[in-house]
Amino acid sequence: MSAKLIQKIDWLSILLYFSLVIIGWLNIYSTTLTDENTSVFNLTLPYGKQLFFIGLSVFLIILVLSVEAKFYERFSSIIYLVSLVFLLGLFVFGKNVNGATSWYAIGGMTLQPSEFAKAATALALAKYLSDIQTSINRLKDQLRALLIIAIPALLIIPQPDPGSALVYASFFFVLYREGLSPLYLFIGLVAILLFVATLIFQSAWVAFGSFAIVLLVFIVKKRRNKRTSVLPYLITLIAAIGFSYSVSFIYNNVFEQRHRDRFGLWLRLEKDPQKLDEIRKTIGYNTFQSESAIGSGGFFGKGYLEGTRTKGDFVPEQHTDFIFSTVGEEWGFAGSTLVVLLFSILLLRLLFLAERQKSQFSRIYGYSVASILFFHFAINIGMVIGLLPTVGIPLPFFSYGGSGLWGFTILLFIFLKLDANRINEWL
Amino acid sequence: MRKLLLSSIVVIIAIVYIGRLSYLQVWNPPTGNLLDDTAIKAIYDYPERGYIYDRNGQLLVANQPAYDVMVIPKDVKALDTLEFCKLLNISKEDFIEKYRKARVYSPRLPSVFVPQLSKGEYALLQEKMRKYEGFYIQKRSLRYYAESTAANVLGYISEVNERDLKKHTYYQSGELIGRQGVEEQYEEVLRGRKGVKFIQKDRFNRVIGPYKNGSYDTLPIQGNDIHLTLDRDLQMYGEQLMVNKRGGIVALDPKTGEILSLVSAPTYDPALLVGRQRSRNYTKLYYDSIANPTFDRGLLAMYSPGSPFKTLNALIALEEEVVNEHTTFTCYHGYRYGRSSFMGCHCNSGARNNMNRGIYESCNSYFANVYRRVIEKYPSPAEGINKWSDHIKSFGLGNYLDYDLPTGKRGRVPGEGEYNRKYGEKRWFATNTISNAIGQGEILTTPIQLANITAAIANRGWYIKPHILKKVGKRDTIAKKYTEKHFTTISPEHFEPVIQGMYDVYNKGTAKWIQVPGIKIAGKTGTVENFTRINGERAQLTDHSIFVAFAPIEDPKIAIAVFVENGYWGNRWAGRIAGLMIEKYIKGEISRKDMEDYVLNGSLEEEYAKPLSGKSFRINDGKDFISINGEKPTIEDER
Repeated sequence: MSAKLIQKIDWLSILLYFSLVIIGWLNIYSTTLTDENTSVFNLTLPYGKQLFFIGLSVFLIILVLSVEAKFYERFSSIIYLVSLVFLLGLFVFGKNVNGATSWYAIGGMTLQPSEFAKAATALALAKYLSDIQTSINRLKDQLRALLIIAIPALLIIPQPDPGSALVYASFFFVLYREGLSPLYLFIGLVAILLFVATLIFQSAWVAFGSFAIVLLVFIVKKRRNKRTSVLPYLITLIAAIGFSYSVSFIYNNVFEQRHRDRFGLWLRLEKDPQKLDEIRKTIGYNTFQSESAIGSGGFFGKGYLEGTRTKGDFVPEQHTDFIFSTVGEEWGFAGSTLVVLLFSILLLRLLFLAERQKSQFSRIYGYSVASILFFHFAINIGMVIGLLPTVGIPLPFFSYGGSGLWGFTILLFIFLKLDANRINEWL
Repeated sequence: MRKLLLSSIVVIIAIVYIGRLSYLQVWNPPTGNLLDDTAIKAIYDYPERGYIYDRNGQLLVANQPAYDVMVIPKDVKALDTLEFCKLLNISKEDFIEKYRKARVYSPRLPSVFVPQLSKGEYALLQEKMRKYEGFYIQKRSLRYYAESTAANVLGYISEVNERDLKKHTYYQSGELIGRQGVEEQYEEVLRGRKGVKFIQKDRFNRVIGPYKNGSYDTLPIQGNDIHLTLDRDLQMYGEQLMVNKRGGIVALDPKTGEILSLVSAPTYDPALLVGRQRSRNYTKLYYDSIANPTFDRGLLAMYSPGSPFKTLNALIALEEEVVNEHTTFTCYHGYRYGRSSFMGCHCNSGARNNMNRGIYESCNSYFANVYRRVIEKYPSPAEGINKWSDHIKSFGLGNYLDYDLPTGKRGRVPGEGEYNRKYGEKRWFATNTISNAIGQGEILTTPIQLANITAAIANRGWYIKPHILKKVGKRDTIAKKYTEKHFTTISPEHFEPVIQGMYDVYNKGTAKWIQVPGIKIAGKTGTVENFTRINGERAQLTDHSIFVAFAPIEDPKIAIAVFVENGYWGNRWAGRIAGLMIEKYIKGEISRKDMEDYVLNGSLEEEYAKPLSGKSFRINDGKDFISINGEKPTIEDER
């Protein structure tokens, strides 16, 4: 920890980080407060534990910043491999908590390796892509990059923790930034659109719509260029229709009813009020409760520690994945908007920092950090305010949990260290 | 472009999320009503409902404890169902059904299992209750009636219905509200204001603690006791006199407009509408369409006023200066008008009647002449009838009297429009309306209106709106409208000859056999023709017996109107009852025991059965079997 570091490090990010951590803890305190007036340091209660986790984070920050910046690049492969070993180890030594074998129990504490694997994967990916021999536009290299991303995700899925695995999709942004053809982006977007459209309308209508759009594009192209071939358009059309029908098949035959209900609720597909009520009590219970808790906050909220639904434990998992509903209820529109803005500013700041890196490794890593945080932020809050289906991933820096907090802290501060080191690189 | 993609998405997501938040939190802001918050439960503390006393401080209505057996289904353990059913006096099937309903309502929340145990049942059950886990007894407060009287005046209380909930935001489902009578009229005074405690609940509906340390909680405000203007003893006496008769008695204090008694017969025991059997009893009473006990005849029944109405015509004629008290008309055993119309009269043919005699003999011819002069004073009968009806309306007829009870009828006072509709404009004359002269025909009044006229005559030209509330709690606060004098259009000096005539009704007229010793009463009999439909055909029934009176003449303390349906002669039933009521009120005891016996023992049930019998029947028969000093009155004396 030199004077140089203190001078060079991005204090705005640090400020935003601590703001989020502190606001997060205040809300965890409110959510898990019991009637007995116990000390905030009480280690048997979530808020006490979280305070302890935050203390440890500060220690971790110092540790992360003290390490030589080059270390992260040099040892990225090893760090990655170690994290894979830990993920693999879960199949043998893992502890089952709430139906998922995602934890190691060490003494009285539990650690969730998947939270750390994100940083490791980001390092490995940055290392691989920044290699002078890697070209993102070569299929072979694309597949290797994909492999780096997919291995941890595939190890996490069977825990089962599909939410955490989904986060690895965020590396797609990184690949795109580093030169992946926009065709992939386009295909991905179209796939999502077709998926949603198939659920809302029927496959037949989607087929009809696809046909109309493809035909329109083809005609426009044909006018400009007489030699436009019909074949690629035909293939696109067949692919789109085939995709839509397979989505329909999978949705109706492979998905279980609870999955269907989840999507049905999300896309407002269920119109029968009685069934809707049923869904609200079962699969949509969390979303419904969190939406009404947030709505009940009004503009200025009910006041800190005054949230009646928070006190009454109406929103399940409120101190972990649904912590944002506490913000909504007690701090109202003003508070929840502030939190959204803090996250957005942090993300934009990180993206700005990433872009100013001279080293490709640092840039890719920084981009990965922003992408991962963005995914968590967007999916978590989207779920809590009822815009996205329920996916169990935490809100970074906010949600209760040691592994999560430490994972995100390490992820962020490695980048801040790299950023603070950026001038040295070319000396 | 590649550099900006993620930044743009971050900005878009932030905007979308803030938009969604503003929709959730600003567009549909919370109502601010604590009760809309599922996490808060309001627990109410109901104050005791105010007692009701009569004008002399005698208790009419108080409260009694009642005991509901409550159940929380999830706490129920195996029990000896048979013994439990026996204690509660219900069948096993009842038990199963009630338990099922309670479960369906909520396994966690208490519901009423058996409402309102009697004291006996409670005593039996109380000791054994701890054996039945999940069941407990909850105390409630019910109305208690000190005397079985004045059901129509007091009203009753029952659970609020959907309509009440929509109308008054104060009430929650399951709460009680006053219905009919004083309970309805003075609901807010009697009820007080419930207190409320807000409790923080969790999602299993369990109580966690007070909401915000009780800073929103309110204490209950006690209901007020009220004193009515009713005289309990007089009311009960009136009800006793009206047993086996139908009709109404309204007695007013003419100087204050206070309602001393408001009897409707037949009546019912107010205690019937309390407790477990309330609903069943109410249905029974409500659907008794023959005796109609829930119909307050004192306020709602519209009858032709008959001969008592003649006093008004006399007053109007004096005021209009078309006659003076010495003007005489000859009666030809009736009054001939038009070519073939004749109004019969019981006066001997050739009798020359002045106003005094006209009143105490109740001469139809005399009043037909007087009325005709009033109408024909004006250039057209339309103007005449309008002038006449203005006078009539100044006595409070033809409109609600604005008394403080929730039901009423306007009655009917015909005007120009009514006859125009019936005969065509300018195609009718005074003679077409001649039955107004004797209070038959188009004119209709309720007993309370007739009592009010009598009070106005007693006061020589003014009345105060009748009312039932004397004081609230210890405060003597009476609404201003019940202290204001309403003056009639008749000058005070015109009342004396009419009152003299009414006095002579007792001295030498139609009420001479029913004099009350020691009290100077002014009265007027009425015998009113009335009709019904039997199998769709109009049929005449025995005349209604009507009487109005006030006493003492110099310093009136009571003005009374009595209607006895199908009682025949005015003095036979109504006259006697009026006399007894007056004596009871002024002297506190009855000296004319013969009259009292006659009324108490008499029954008109046979008369009421006639039109329902399906056989042909005679009307206006039946002998009076009274004798005074060995002298029997003749039919002539009775009219």
